Amino acid sequence: MLPHLDAAYNLARWLLRNDADADDVTQEACVRAYRFFDSFHGGNAKTWLLTIVRHACYTWLKQHRAEKSTMPFDEQQHSSNNSDPVDGHDPFSANPEALFLQDADRRLLHRCLEELPLEFRETLILRELEGLSYKEISTVMEVPIGTVMSRLARGRALLQQQFAANNVQEA
Amino acid sequence: MDCQRVLSLMDGYLDRELDLTTQLAVEQHLADCPACFAISQRQQALSAALGAEARYHRARPALAAGIQSALDKIDATSGTKRRQAPRWLSLAASVAIAAFVGSGITYWLAGPSPDELLTREVIASHVRAQMVAGRLTDVSSSDSHTVKPWFNGKLDFAPPVLDLTTQGFPLVGGRLDYLANRPVAALVYRHRQHLIQLYVWPAADRPDAARHALTRQGYQVFYWSDNTMRYWAISDLNADELKTFSSLIQEQAAAGRVMPATRSLPTAEDMR
Repeated sequence: MLPHLDAAYNLARWLLRNDADADDVTQEACVRAYRFFDSFHGGNAKTWLLTIVRHACYTWLKQHRAEKSTMPFDEQQHSSNNSDPVDGHDPFSANPEALFLQDADRRLLHRCLEELPLEFRETLILRELEGLSYKEISTVMEVPIGTVMSRLARGRALLQQQFAANNVQEA
Repeated sequence: MDCQRVLSLMDGYLDRELDLTTQLAVEQHLADCPACFAISQRQQALSAALGAEARYHRARPALAAGIQSALDKIDATSGTKRRQAPRWLSLAASVAIAAFVGSGITYWLAGPSPDELLTREVIASHVRAQMVAGRLTDVSSSDSHTVKPWFNGKLDFAPPVLDLTTQGFPLVGGRLDYLANRPVAALVYRHRQHLIQLYVWPAADRPDAARHALTRQGYQVFYWSDNTMRYWAISDLNADELKTFSSLIQEQAAAGRVMPATRSLPTAEDMR
C-alpha cells in the first residue's frame, strides 16, 4: 500500500539512530506525504518521499537535541591524502570481489557509519544503501550535485579512516 | 590526467556518474597508475562492504499498520479517501512501471503485447459498430454470394464468407473496417439474438493455428490464423458457442470450401 516505506524508515533510522524515534518520525512524515499528495506533480516518488522524511528528521533533531557527532571531525586530518592504509588489519585492501567482513568488522563498519557526521552519513546512506544517483541525492538533500560529490568523497574517506583507526585500536 | 585530478574524480568514477569521456580518461589512468588503482580498489571494497554489510533498516509491520490506521482515520473524518487513495495507488503503479521500464532489459515487456493492443482495437470496433446506427454493415445480406463480391475493389484480398445458416449462425452482412493499420473485412453473423463479428485480413507473417480465447469486458474473443488469413471473432455469446462458431469457420476455411487468395481476381463462384 505505501510505496518506499522501507526507504523512508531506513533513512530516518540512520539519521535518528533510534528505533522508536525513527518509527515516530517516519509515521508522521508518511501521513503528511499522503495528505499533501496533491503537491506531488509526477516525477520521482521515492526522492519526493525521502525529501519529506529528511525534513521531518531534521525538524525532529532540531527540536529534541542538537546533533552531536560522537566522532570529532578533523578537517585537517581527513582532507590529507589518506591513501596510505593505517598499519594493521585492513580489510579494504582486499580485492573487492573477495571481500568478506568478519562479524566484528561488520559491527565496526556499522558503528563507524552511524557515528559519521550527519551530512556525510545521510549522503552515504542515500548512495550506498538506497542506491540513488547523484542527481536524486541532490534533490533529496536540496544541495547542488557538486556538494553531493564532495560529501560522498569526504564521507567515504572519513569512514575508511575511522574504520582503520578503530580496527587498530581494537586489534 | 594527473593523479590529483583522478583522485578528485574517484567517487564519481566508481559511482559511474562521470560523462563517458572523463570516465574513460580515469579508466585509462587507473590502468597505468598502480597507486591510484590501489586506492580505487580500496574504495570499491568499502562501497561493496557498505552495500552488502551495512544494515538496511526495514520498516516493521507495526509501522506500516500504524501509518495505515492514521490514514484511515483521516479518510474517515475528511471523506477524502475516494479522491486520494486511488491517486496514491496510481502513483505506486506509475513508480512500479517506471522502474520496470527503466530497467532496460525488460523494456520491451513493459508495453501491452501486439495481440493485447489488437484485442482492444477489436473490442472498440465491435462496440462502436453497434453503437452507431447503420454502422454495423455496409452490405446487409444473409447470402454469402452477395456479401463476398461486395468486398471486391474495396480490399486487396477476398475474405472467406461462409454460409453457416444450417449450423445456426446466419450471415447478417459485412462492412469495411480498419484494424492493425490496414483495411480489414468485418463479417457479421448472428446466433439467436447475439451478434458475432469476424474480422479477417491476410496473415502477414506466420500461421498460428492455435486458437486463442480471451474474455474482455464481458465479450468473448477468439483469434487464430491459417496459411492465408488472420481471424478475430468477438461476441457477447458464451465462450462455448463462440468456440463452436470459430471451429466451424476454421474447419470450413481450411476445407477449401472457399479459396481465399490475396489479391485474387473475383472467382467464378463470386461471379455467379
